[in-house]
Amino acid sequence: MRATGGPEAAVGDVLLSVENVSLSFGGVKAVSDVSFDIRKGEIRAIIGPNGAGKTSMLNVINGFYHPQQGRITFKGETRTRMRPHEAAYGGIARTFQNVALFRGMTALDNIMAGRTLKMRSSFFWQLFRYGPAMREEVEHRHRVEEIIDFLKIQEIRRVPVGRLPYGLQKRVELGRALAMEPELLLLDEPMAGMNLEEKEDMSRFVLDVNDQYGTTIALIEHDMGVVMDLSDRVVVLDHGIKIADGTPDEVKRNQAVIDAYLGVAH
Amino acid sequence: MATKAAASADTFPKLLIRNAGIYGTRPSMRHKDLGIWQTWTWSQVLDIVRAYAAGLHRLGVRRGETIAIVGGNRPRLYWSVMAAQVLGAIPVPVYADAVADELAYVLAHADVRFAAVEDQEQIDKILSVMARVPKLELMVYDEKRGLRDYDHSRLRPMDDVIAEGRKALADPLVADWLDKEIAAGKGSDPSIILYTSGTTGASKGVILTNEGSIRAAADTVAFDKLTENDVALAYLPLAWVGDHYLNYAQGMVSGFCTACPESPDTAMADLREIGPSFYFAPPRTLELLLTRVMIRMEDAGTIKRRLFHYFIGVSRRYGERILNGQSVPFMGRLLYGIGNLLVYGPLKNVLGFSRVRVAYTAGEAVGPDLFSFYRSIGLNLKQLYGQTEAFLYVTAQPDGEIYSDTVGPACPNVDLRIAENGEVQFRSPGMFSGYFKDDAKTAEVMTPDGYVMTGDAGFFDEKTGHLKIIDRTKDVGRLNDGTMFPPKYIENKLKFYPNIREVVALGDKRDFVCAMLNIDLTAVGSWAERHNVVYGSYQELAGHPLVYDMLEKHVAEVNRSLAEDKVMAGAQIKRFLILHKELDADDGELTRTQKVRRGFIAERYAPLIKALYDGSKDADISTEVTFEDGRKGTISARVKIRDMKSEPAPLGKAA
Repeated sequence: MRATGGPEAAVGDVLLSVENVSLSFGGVKAVSDVSFDIRKGEIRAIIGPNGAGKTSMLNVINGFYHPQQGRITFKGETRTRMRPHEAAYGGIARTFQNVALFRGMTALDNIMAGRTLKMRSSFFWQLFRYGPAMREEVEHRHRVEEIIDFLKIQEIRRVPVGRLPYGLQKRVELGRALAMEPELLLLDEPMAGMNLEEKEDMSRFVLDVNDQYGTTIALIEHDMGVVMDLSDRVVVLDHGIKIADGTPDEVKRNQAVIDAYLGVAH
Repeated sequence: MATKAAASADTFPKLLIRNAGIYGTRPSMRHKDLGIWQTWTWSQVLDIVRAYAAGLHRLGVRRGETIAIVGGNRPRLYWSVMAAQVLGAIPVPVYADAVADELAYVLAHADVRFAAVEDQEQIDKILSVMARVPKLELMVYDEKRGLRDYDHSRLRPMDDVIAEGRKALADPLVADWLDKEIAAGKGSDPSIILYTSGTTGASKGVILTNEGSIRAAADTVAFDKLTENDVALAYLPLAWVGDHYLNYAQGMVSGFCTACPESPDTAMADLREIGPSFYFAPPRTLELLLTRVMIRMEDAGTIKRRLFHYFIGVSRRYGERILNGQSVPFMGRLLYGIGNLLVYGPLKNVLGFSRVRVAYTAGEAVGPDLFSFYRSIGLNLKQLYGQTEAFLYVTAQPDGEIYSDTVGPACPNVDLRIAENGEVQFRSPGMFSGYFKDDAKTAEVMTPDGYVMTGDAGFFDEKTGHLKIIDRTKDVGRLNDGTMFPPKYIENKLKFYPNIREVVALGDKRDFVCAMLNIDLTAVGSWAERHNVVYGSYQELAGHPLVYDMLEKHVAEVNRSLAEDKVMAGAQIKRFLILHKELDADDGELTRTQKVRRGFIAERYAPLIKALYDGSKDADISTEVTFEDGRKGTISARVKIRDMKSEPAPLGKAA
């Protein structure tokens, strides 16, 4: 990792920029005219009260929703329409607000599933698990084991995910996203529903992913303490409109943000 | 034999050289990394340790000074111990799960300038108390993850230290110097300082010597016929005398292979994969395993469950006698053989006991049923009695002379006696040379004629001549009417029930006996699931009336068994309650080795104890809890109290 010169050095180049994006479902405006950018190597938080359009924004970024207006530029390539699998090939991985794993499969298999995109050997060889397919599987397994070690989930390797507590499921999901070796990792409320200790563990993993793999991270989170501790920059949405953008300290002092969270006297 | 050769090597580094010579290609250490077991042979280990020692010397580690070892069972931390010993420095292992405060105390008290540390978690802990350990200059770490942005003026990766040492060793002069360093080590030099778990106040640093440790280990290696072909799994805390003795010292003397689990949580699965031949488990772990097996059997299909219970019945009748080589009727042998095929064999395989030749348990009294369960399925489980000051062994049960209520006769070369007040005293080859920087305390536990006072009350069993331990001398109390009250004895009887995890019995200088119970969340939780008992938290489950009913039955059974014994009939439990939180070492309620700290608990739960004795039906309590990161919170609850009726003595005895 050290050889890459460290992620700090890389922070600065814009990895993804969102320009004047608007998205509506029928009459409901989920996101209107929002612009912001995500720089390489940073941890970028998207926050806002309930229904502010945070998850919609994430879904726009990874191609799940198509905005009616606006442009998204990822790694210098501008597009208006992209499908989720194209985003995945492009290096965007994500986790979901409600865990979306294969519940009957083991943690190991779930994370292996994240390597699917990297498999090159043909279906035929994979069917017999022989020759190039075998070599490839060993290689992928090695990467997956590194991730298992990284997330400290060795003890649940062989446990079906459905039997795991929620906090661990979230960790497996993060593992699956990491298995894709993404350039941009989107985390939708990675700490929702966790207790204090689990939150701390998860925060550490997020920081370590950013530090060790140099992965750029965009995350949605409700716990303000977590957001302030983790992120380099924060963008604040309210009712689909961007109301603030800056470092955690700047955002914390911003009057519009305070009003959005605490409400204003009418 | 290994033992004879050991006599010529009087320090651990010299033993390491001997092992690399005679067992060069045999495995010395295994560790599961990225899901695959990695192996290092004795000659590889010697090579790494030499390089590591040279690297440490370049950083300034010198003969006679202390170096802290902080972390779990990882090969490189064991090698840190070896490398320190090569230089004549004294390793001081610290419990990996110690909270920052305890860590600071040991690091400061031991005067360490250097520390070998596992990972970021431990480094963070040490950095948070840096102000209290001004002498600490440098930490060498194993796991580099998350540490890149740390200020490296006081940190150094272990890899780099070893690499630098290796480079330096390329110079024949340096290699020669290192050989001389090893040769300069004397048997009388301290080899390690082990801090006691601190059942009674602040922990003390027990100094052990090279020679003493090796002689003690050589005795038991011969006693249990351990060889270089044996395998052990090192899963108990590195800083505990048991791990240092059983795995490190015995491994060095006999040349057996020590396997390190992948992570502390995978020890069970690793046990099964490694299939050790030498095994140690505290009674608590054995209890946990049995509870888990029983719970899983409850969930199994009818046929399997019936089969299991039938053959466990068979093994209870014949198993122990077969293991002890006593005569057993032909039908019994046949049934046991079938049971072994269908139940015991597979069960031992699942638990990782298939290849265990010698297993020990110690630390606290083991329930007779628990003990005989493992023995009856064919596990050669034995008991030993010891303490840190003795370098573990004082007594141990020889094969074929196993009784659940004794801890065996004195080990070879150990002198054992019972003082007038009933205290057990010993003199042994592995005996400590003193407490670090605390001559007053050392003098307190030594008798004028050189025996160590253990603080345990015990007596020699008349039939077998084996030692029996009742309780800590100072814990054996009396009720106001003069009835003897050994709290541990009562607690252990209760703790045998899988539903009960921890017990604190009260009664010394009081009118009657009361008990505070902790439920076992695994067992009671599974029971609740099967009986549709809904609960949201530990606290809620612990206070549930049905749980109280269930535990009341257990307490009544214990009372009945106490009533059978004339001396103990007066010590029946009159009232009990279920605590709203688990007793926890982080809150100071248990020691790191999970022993109850009575004095502290009495203070902390004073309102509950008062209520137990003033006849109230319930009591309010609010306690502070410490999270693993050192932060504090408060739990409050209203705890109910149940009254018990006194059980009559069985017919035919005094009524």
